[in-house]
Amino acid sequence: MKEGYEVVYKRPKTLLDKRMHYCPGCFHATIHKLLMEIVEEMGIQEKTVGVCPVGCSVFAYDYMDIDMQEAAHGRAAAVATAIKRMLPDRYVFSYQGDGDLAAIGTAETIHACNRGEKFTFIFINNGIYGMTGGQMAPTTLEGQKTTTSPYGRNVQKLGMPLKMAEMVSQLAGVAYAERVSCNTPANTRKAKKALKKAFEIQGKGLGTTFIEVASNCPSGWKCTPVESLDWLKNKVYPYFPLGVFKDVPAVKEEV
Amino acid sequence: MLVEMIFSGFGGQGVLSMGKLLAYAAMKEGKEVSWMPSYGPEMRGGTANCIVNISDEPISSPVVTAYDVVVALNLPSLRKFEPRVKKGGILIWESSTIKQPPTRDDIKTYAVPAVDMASNDLKNVKVMNMLILGALVKAMAVVKTDSLLLALKETLPPRHHNLIPLNQQAIELGMAQVK
Amino acid sequence: MGEIKFMKGNEALAEAAIRSGLQGYFGYPITPQSEVVEYLAMQEPNHNYVLIQAESEVASVNMVYGAAAAGARVMTTTSSPGFSLMQEGVSYIACAELPCVFANIVRGGPGLGTIQASQGDYFQAVKGGGHGDYHLIVLAPNSVQEMVDHCRLAFELADKYRNPVMLLSDGSIGQMMEKVVLPEPIPYKPDKPWATTGKTPDRKRNIITSLYIQSEDMEKKNQTIQAKYQEITKNEIRYEKYRVDDAEIIISAFGLTSRICKKVVDLAREEGIKMGLFRPITVWPFPTDQFAEFAAQDRVKFFLSAEMNAGQMVEDIRLSVNGKKPVYFYGRQGGIVPTPEEILNAAKGHLK
Ligand SMILES: Cc1ncc(C[n+]2csc(CCOP(=O)(O)OP(=O)(O)O)c2C)c(N)n1
Ligand code: SF4
Ligand SMILES: [Mg+2]
Repeated sequence: MKEGYEVVYKRPKTLLDKRMHYCPGCFHATIHKLLMEIVEEMGIQEKTVGVCPVGCSVFAYDYMDIDMQEAAHGRAAAVATAIKRMLPDRYVFSYQGDGDLAAIGTAETIHACNRGEKFTFIFINNGIYGMTGGQMAPTTLEGQKTTTSPYGRNVQKLGMPLKMAEMVSQLAGVAYAERVSCNTPANTRKAKKALKKAFEIQGKGLGTTFIEVASNCPSGWKCTPVESLDWLKNKVYPYFPLGVFKDVPAVKEEV
Repeated sequence: MLVEMIFSGFGGQGVLSMGKLLAYAAMKEGKEVSWMPSYGPEMRGGTANCIVNISDEPISSPVVTAYDVVVALNLPSLRKFEPRVKKGGILIWESSTIKQPPTRDDIKTYAVPAVDMASNDLKNVKVMNMLILGALVKAMAVVKTDSLLLALKETLPPRHHNLIPLNQQAIELGMAQVK
Repeated sequence: MGEIKFMKGNEALAEAAIRSGLQGYFGYPITPQSEVVEYLAMQEPNHNYVLIQAESEVASVNMVYGAAAAGARVMTTTSSPGFSLMQEGVSYIACAELPCVFANIVRGGPGLGTIQASQGDYFQAVKGGGHGDYHLIVLAPNSVQEMVDHCRLAFELADKYRNPVMLLSDGSIGQMMEKVVLPEPIPYKPDKPWATTGKTPDRKRNIITSLYIQSEDMEKKNQTIQAKYQEITKNEIRYEKYRVDDAEIIISAFGLTSRICKKVVDLAREEGIKMGLFRPITVWPFPTDQFAEFAAQDRVKFFLSAEMNAGQMVEDIRLSVNGKKPVYFYGRQGGIVPTPEEILNAAKGHLK
């Protein structure tokens, strides 16, 4: 390193030095980095197993230098359940989109949470099916246009967007549920803290941990990355508020 | 006669739509046509392409791997498809943004500075693809210019018909680039 | 003549369904098929069909079950992994004898595989896929035009036999644009006295079920549907022949590869090789007798099946030919479309 310089940023070793296929400005890339920083900082590369089901992040295993399994669309929670039960001392996470976790995989999600499976859900809620080209998701906002709701989501016919972090926090097996985002450096730091906390709770075996990321999809939303941040602030957070919905360890400590 | 072509470049450069327009024009001339886009996550990286076949006879396969005509609007596409031009075939490339020209000497290559010309001469970079299409039909008369204009009229929504003269200009400017 | 348009296979299929009186569509996005539901979503305000983007293919196929049993003209479309997920429902629908249309815009498998075109789901389509003894009527279109023509035919056959009908297409036909002639829209008046629409005093109640818990009843049900399959086999076999009259080599292919094989035949003929193409259009029921007839002719030296899979339809050809002549195979997998030249070379390799 050059004299007089100090390192303020470097790629975690657990994140492979590869060009990502994600669109410019997409939070998938940010979350990958945060996650791999945590794995590096906690020194758990050897003890971590990830599950990435179908969605834009199906290629996550190309970037994360850890053992990973690809799962069928919607089935990550079942797959992660079984990994964790076979290897209880490992850190297991599933990394799922909203179509995956909250449409086709809702049953697996609910039941894994209800059983209190001791792995971490990382739920990338971008309100759309990114990978398949921008169709409506169960989390698409009221009135939001997608390729399968070209006139805007009609909630009379399609129901309101599902609030998964709130929903799963009702289930007894869930130890921790928080919704975070990455629209600002401050929120990105918070997101990292939340992920780390989830991993720590997982390490203590206290129950299911569930981190929802209010994420973006500039390509599917048909806007620029900067516009996607405005959309998050003006439309997404009012309906999907950021914050902690359940924190069993904290409650326990208070008592 | 069967002409097998591929149009390739960044998404947003209008590669899919120029291929579609050409195919439509040929269909209007009574030809058999097929248009096959690249699809799926490969588009995430930003590149897009479409294969267009024009023929007097029914088309056997919409997917082909060697081409009579290659249109390349960015460097990755040029690199990928230059080797796949059939001997004696045609390669049209965008020369104001691609700085490394093609190297083969057993094919005909046409450099068209379409981005510069569209933004400087026509004040609208979006019609860059029409310039390229003009160059193409001059280099190889796959369809008549009139058919392209007819295709524009029939495929553009009426509220955009005011853009037809500009597109026509672009086609003509593109034709003038091929001597 | 109908309206001429330049359309994608998937969109043409959706438009054809609308023009055939579609009353319900239930589906889930998956590449390379999503344009069907997208097109229907766009057209929804102009028509009366019910459209639901379901939460999964499992839900889609069971919505089809419910709507078909309620007497409606219904369809779902998907691509390979999605159709795998539907199999339980497909088996129930076949047993309950519900008319409906499935389209599988096949992509390369197994597993998550690739989104490029493939013909790897032939076995799944014609040999069951789900559990139990059942058959779908399976049509294999090879062009955007046939996506339209077969769609209408599929609805008609479904109603005629109270049997699910499937379009076995592929990603390239779904994604490509070609010229199509669209048929005139027809109003659809269902005539389905068996449907569960509410018991009126003039009839007994209608039950839709696939449960026959007594073995004797289950066997009887099986015999009924098997008799129906025989009837379908007698009436509905469809195929296309190309330059077969003096052919010494019979090349065979379905769907997209059949187009490529036409070219193969022309190339072979230019070289003086007497080749012809026999293309099953219905892959179930399969044109078994037609293959047997070719096999019985002295001049026919061998058969070659060209497929975008590891060799599936070739097994049905072998069963039909029953050892009388050699039956060879040439295929590509993983979403790769074979060229006419490579198929021709494969055929020539067997000539000596
Ligand atoms: C059984 C099955 N059905 C459908 C698909 C197609 N498919 C792939 S990813 C996806 C949804 C992607 O959306 P999401 O989970 O929100 O992830 P994102 O791409 O937005 O990150 C779908 C429908 C599939 N792979 N398998
Ligand atoms: S399609 Fe959307 S979710 Fe997928 S990589 Fe692009 S921006 Fe991200
Ligand atoms: Mg999503």
